[in-house]
Amino acid sequence: MQTTLKKLTQRNEFYTFLIVLALAVAVEITSGQFFTPNNAVDLASAMVVPGLFAVAEFMVLISGGIDVSFPALASLTLFATTKFLLDQNYNGPMIVPFLMVIVIGGILGAFNGFFIGYMNLPAMIVTLGASSVFKGIMQGALNSKQLAVIPDCMKSFGTGALFTATNTTSGLTSKMPLTFIVFAVVLLLAFILLRYTFFGRGIYAIGGNPASANCAGYNVKRTKFILYILAGVIASLGGLCRVCMMQQCHPTNMLGMEMNVIAGVVLGGTAITGGAGSLTGCFLGTLLIVMVENSMIMLGVPTTWKSVFTGALIVIGVGISAAQVDRANRAAIKVKKEVGR
Amino acid sequence: MNAIKRIYSKNREVYRLLLIIVIWLVFMALTKFKKFYTFKNFQTIAGQFPEFGLMALGGMLCMMTGGIDLSCVGIANATTIFVVTNLIATFGETGSMPLAYIFVIYLIAIAVGAALGAFNGFLISVIHVPPILATLGVNELMSGICIVMTGGAAVSSFPKEYCDLFSNNIAGVVPVRLVVFIAVALIISYMLAKTTYGTKLKLLGTNQNVAKFSGLNNVGLLFKTYIISGICSALGGMLMLSNYASVRADYGSQYTMQAILIVVLGGVSPNGGKGRISGVITAIILLKLLESGINRFQNVSSYYISLIWGAVLILALVMDYFSNGRQRA
Repeated sequence: MQTTLKKLTQRNEFYTFLIVLALAVAVEITSGQFFTPNNAVDLASAMVVPGLFAVAEFMVLISGGIDVSFPALASLTLFATTKFLLDQNYNGPMIVPFLMVIVIGGILGAFNGFFIGYMNLPAMIVTLGASSVFKGIMQGALNSKQLAVIPDCMKSFGTGALFTATNTTSGLTSKMPLTFIVFAVVLLLAFILLRYTFFGRGIYAIGGNPASANCAGYNVKRTKFILYILAGVIASLGGLCRVCMMQQCHPTNMLGMEMNVIAGVVLGGTAITGGAGSLTGCFLGTLLIVMVENSMIMLGVPTTWKSVFTGALIVIGVGISAAQVDRANRAAIKVKKEVGR
Repeated sequence: MNAIKRIYSKNREVYRLLLIIVIWLVFMALTKFKKFYTFKNFQTIAGQFPEFGLMALGGMLCMMTGGIDLSCVGIANATTIFVVTNLIATFGETGSMPLAYIFVIYLIAIAVGAALGAFNGFLISVIHVPPILATLGVNELMSGICIVMTGGAAVSSFPKEYCDLFSNNIAGVVPVRLVVFIAVALIISYMLAKTTYGTKLKLLGTNQNVAKFSGLNNVGLLFKTYIISGICSALGGMLMLSNYASVRADYGSQYTMQAILIVVLGGVSPNGGKGRISGVITAIILLKLLESGINRFQNVSSYYISLIWGAVLILALVMDYFSNGRQRA
């Protein structure tokens, strides 16, 4: 029991979980509305889009890379898809937008993957450049404007509800959106992929040390290439959920989300240098960011303070986890020295 | 031919960019000579690039240590809002400001920039937070404080003497802002070339452990670097203030990515340890020339600028890839 507890306290996820819990209790004390069914459902539906982005970013970070292009990538994919379907007066089932988004997202992801994987260029810069290129294609070549109407199938998919939660005291209701299924499925697939497949272990191996991963028999270039395609697909699915839930396609309002998503993933204990991190941590970190953004009103804090709180959270959160890692490293060195003697 | 090759490979980053500049200038001369090659246009360019140019110079130092500074815009806006709040408190919204007070507001700006830079440095060197997250958090925090202080709206009623003076041209020719930029660039290039700071910075960026065991004070060095970057951002903010003649929490939000783009384009390795100030300055000028040139074409959407910047960045990397590959073989 004691060893499990000790192991637990050495993990970053544990501290993230404690902060999430503390925040939840704080909101509950001030408003008494946190642990209600409709708030839980609200949070879950707010989690869908950042959560999907976070899964994509998480896998890229594990491999030792970083992706700052996914908001632009998702915006371009979604604008192209929605525009095309509207022009065709598309009236069919939801599967077609899904497939289109997956294909376009995959192609754009392959653009990143080619430069990062096969040409071995630094991921930060390639995705930064790609972000500019995608934005340029969307706003210049496609001449993007806000699309106030989206195809019917996407509309009904966005408004559809799995179930409705009712708050017994206030009578407020919240719908659990259908898009949550997308998030749940992607989360499950990512879990299986990272845990039980050769490819998934390869992502961790590459992030730890590309040279030894290569010696161990992983095809580093191909793994990276496929990884960025996957990241592109997942990010585009996130974009699709967002467009469906907002009932309109706004080309630029996803841009700028990248930094908060990265912050959330790293808050959950994923090493920004790659090779270490867990999906649980990624989920908890993103949940923390979403909670801070959504609970301001319940805490009675004016919305102008939102950025102050997010910023303070990032600084304090990563500060604590960095200090924690530091201490663990020092302890490890100490143990090694003692064993050496 | 060999001599040309030798000169080219000696400072590849700079010559590569100069080549692109020359091609672009020729292209502009062929297509829009009358609109582009005017004195006024070049004067405008020289007056506009110092804002983000200063941020890029600070970002360059951070990237040479293997870090990154994403907080430049947050620091710039925080600085200007502090300065304007001070001006309003001292002289009132409609009062006039004695010109000597410019020294005071510059002192405030430098103090704010240095303090915020020191905060970055503290997080990065003492607590060992990854630079990308530390500066990102500080940026978010600062823009949040700016929103709280201004309520998210633009503040434009304050004494304007400073803005008038700094948006002017000396003798009608040289923009004052350009002079500020040149002064800062000279100081930084002196520090990099003539003091031990530059060598230490590159060693730190190449390998932190080696730097530590060679007796370098890593903590102090990182502090110094981020403080300089903070001051550069604060000065960039002051130039933005003189240009816009108002302050708002989200002015210049595109400058963060632009500054990083410039630094990388200028040949600074994002892994640290490599970089030249001449490359960065050439990249600043290239970027501004591209933007200004595209704006001359009325039927081309200005959104293509972002496409071209991204393409140029990736192109520069690919050129590096092939020329390095040939060297190795």
